[in-house]
Amino acid sequence: MKKKPISTGSEWTFELLEAYDSAISQEAERFELDTYPNQIEVITSEQMMDAYASVGMPLNYNHWSFGKQFVQTQQNYQRGRMGLAYEIVINSSPCISYLMEENTMTMQALVIAHACYGHNSFFKGNYLFRTWTNATAIIDYLVFAKHYITRCEEQYGIEEVEQLLDSCHALQNYGVNRYKRPQPISAEEEKKRQQDRSEILQQQVNQLWDTIPKKDEVDADGKSNAPRFPPEPEENILYFLEKNAPLLEPWQREVIRIARKTAQYFYPQKQTQVMNEGWACFWHYTLLHSLYDKGLVTDGFMMEFLHSHSSVVYQPPFDSPYFSGINPYTLGYHMMQDLRRICEDPTNEDKEWFSDIAGSNWLDTMQEAMRNYKDESFIQQFLSPRLMRELKLFSITDDEKQNNLIVSNIHDEGGYRQLRTDLSEQYNLGSREPNIQIYNVDVRGDRSLTLRHYRHNNRPLADSADELLKHLHRLWGFDVHLESVRGDEVVKTFHCPQRES
Amino acid sequence: MSYIIDRRLNGKNKSSVNRQRFLKRYRKHIKQSVTDAIKSRSITDLESGSEVTIPSKDISEPIFHHGSGGVNHRVFPGNKEFVVGDELQRPSGGGAGGGQGKASDSGEGEDEFSFQINRDEFLEFLFENLELPHMVKKKLQDSGDFKFVQAGFSNEGNPERINIVRSLRSAHARRIALSGGTRREIKALEKEQKALMEKPENDRDDQRLSEIEQRLVVLRAKVSKLPFLDTFDLKYNNLIKTPVPSSKAVMFCVMDVSGSMTQAIKDMAKRFFLLLYMFLQRAYKQIDVVFIRHHTQAKEVDEEEFFYSRETGGTIVSSAIALTSDVIEERYPPADWNIYVAQASDGDNWDGDSDSCRELLMKKVLPKVQYFSYVEITTGEHQNLWFEYEKVRNTYPETFAMQKIERSGDIYPVFRELFSKRGDD
Repeated sequence: MKKKPISTGSEWTFELLEAYDSAISQEAERFELDTYPNQIEVITSEQMMDAYASVGMPLNYNHWSFGKQFVQTQQNYQRGRMGLAYEIVINSSPCISYLMEENTMTMQALVIAHACYGHNSFFKGNYLFRTWTNATAIIDYLVFAKHYITRCEEQYGIEEVEQLLDSCHALQNYGVNRYKRPQPISAEEEKKRQQDRSEILQQQVNQLWDTIPKKDEVDADGKSNAPRFPPEPEENILYFLEKNAPLLEPWQREVIRIARKTAQYFYPQKQTQVMNEGWACFWHYTLLHSLYDKGLVTDGFMMEFLHSHSSVVYQPPFDSPYFSGINPYTLGYHMMQDLRRICEDPTNEDKEWFSDIAGSNWLDTMQEAMRNYKDESFIQQFLSPRLMRELKLFSITDDEKQNNLIVSNIHDEGGYRQLRTDLSEQYNLGSREPNIQIYNVDVRGDRSLTLRHYRHNNRPLADSADELLKHLHRLWGFDVHLESVRGDEVVKTFHCPQRES
Repeated sequence: MSYIIDRRLNGKNKSSVNRQRFLKRYRKHIKQSVTDAIKSRSITDLESGSEVTIPSKDISEPIFHHGSGGVNHRVFPGNKEFVVGDELQRPSGGGAGGGQGKASDSGEGEDEFSFQINRDEFLEFLFENLELPHMVKKKLQDSGDFKFVQAGFSNEGNPERINIVRSLRSAHARRIALSGGTRREIKALEKEQKALMEKPENDRDDQRLSEIEQRLVVLRAKVSKLPFLDTFDLKYNNLIKTPVPSSKAVMFCVMDVSGSMTQAIKDMAKRFFLLLYMFLQRAYKQIDVVFIRHHTQAKEVDEEEFFYSRETGGTIVSSAIALTSDVIEERYPPADWNIYVAQASDGDNWDGDSDSCRELLMKKVLPKVQYFSYVEITTGEHQNLWFEYEKVRNTYPETFAMQKIERSGDIYPVFRELFSKRGDD
């Protein structure tokens, strides 16, 4: 029996928002979507631009780069070069979603299904978010950061703080722990750590900067064989600077810490874009369709919804003028749908490729995938030959030693596996960003800091490295060197201050 | 359970601090754009904002990323006819497939970053570091403006000025004062009642207890009868009228319209006058503008006629100066008005007249005005008017300034020079 639709017009009201939200939430419950409580905020387009400018956070400290972002967004929006996103959703508990007042009722319902139940359940379920972000604390932390930085500006001057933040922002990609995972710590330990932090100045005078040479460090020919510091290369550059840079004041260390913590908070989002969007698109599609099946929404509603859904998940082909890389919405959404299909209606090919999940309960399998993968592993594990054929994927090898580009794999029997690996690698942050680590500090000598860039596929660093070294130099306070190495061979070096020749 | 919140009424200018910081950081670029705008734009346009363009290399925030080279594999969608082993020409321009980063990160492909600043910001940059010499006489007008200012509190007033905090405070005080004795008694009785209740049941003085209860009922009723708010409690914000010092300015535009002044020269003069007008607007709420044009005779005219009607004939500058002085005497008593005079001319004057110009200026005009600026728009040699005026400048270096303009590009620099902030010298 069909029910009466919740609404028929395109205007939304707060009562309707509530009605849709509760209908969608019932469906979400049926599909066992586990979410944080939702906080839905209706905002204007100006407020949306503000939200854009502070990297989507409801509040943030002040910095010129956010102003630049704002000016740019405003400019593009006012000239009609871009539409604003219909929604922004924040990984916090309660999970805050912004709806724009300009949206039609259909769009609001779409956004509620997409953000408040799709993204929200992803934030709560995915292992990266569970490990690295603390949804209940992030807003409080941002409040703290904002106040702290304002206080610093009052005390040390806006310019001083701005310069420091510039340097931190430049290195923010290197302010995260990629491989290490945090150990859950007890309250007592947390307290102790805080104490340790305040004693950091004391630490400065410890053995690291103790300049009295020790006997065993100088061998027979007078050459230093002191152990390297740090003994193992350190991937988290900002962390290293925060703890070890010799000349920083305590407040500067805390500011670095703030930049580092913010970067770490966003790190899971960078690694799960395809999955996160795919999951949210899959659920807005599924949830709204089940509303339709119950007769709660009209045909007109579905037409409008499908129209915007299909433009969101459209993938322009590589030779289209609109092509700008693989659309994460498309890839994610189709992979999620495909996963369901493999479970529910497997072909022989699927049974061969995915013997463990073909024919299993689709909901359990998808929940399991959502919880335990990131883009890289998700693609490696679940991209099916069928989907590669549908998207007509092919890979191109660009080797500087060859004159031409070579089509290395296409969507055929021989290419599926390598194609899948190539695509998965494309989402591996570790190889997307240059691998740069702190290698050594000349502790007994001129205190210079040496970093190493480990070349992957022999890809060099871009020239921006010189600029970046200036930022490193500002934070470290002494000479900074960067060696680009292939294997054990140093291929290229950068220095700040720059060396002659 | 979801909470739905309407945030639309919350402030929308959360980013204004960040925007200001951004503008501050790129001050130099923006000023350049503003200066260019002054040169190239038509006069009437100066009132609007301006577009500012900054080369994106100056504005980029560098991050470490891969340069071109090495071995790259990239996956693309939408294959049509490729098979494995096909070779393709490397696309020219930039490293092919230099990585997945956005184009803007590498600084390639994107040329300039441009955005709009609004009128106020435009003027801010336009007149940065300029000041009005000999600032602003402020005069308490007997006719003019009043404003209401807070002056304590009163017991009478109209309801819209009611001061809630004060009123409630005084109501509270009254209730305390009037019920003090009663409440003290209540407290004592309650204490006694409690003591009695704690005794074992058989030992209780039931009569006393019921007496207390009755008495308590009476007392509590008494307390509750006290009105929560009495007319007597109401306090009002007291506002009184105070006269506001108003600063008014009058600007005299004096221009030679003799035959030698071409439309191009007049246009330049107009730009100069306009700049001055906008500049004065920032300091004064009310500005009168008096247009005086002259050839052999001076005449006060309206704006349209001033700039666009054509005249021919000789030139006697002193006529205009005399008229200026008359108008000041008649309508703009220097005690009430800040007076600015801007004179534009091509430097031509009837030979015998320059002398009397100087006389008139020094005796009648300069003592009354805030500032007199003279611009000579000519590519030729200076003539005797300039030399006479130089003498004036030497006597009144504070209030008299003169500059020469050759091309329209000079207008803004000359303007800046005339009004640049002076040190304490």
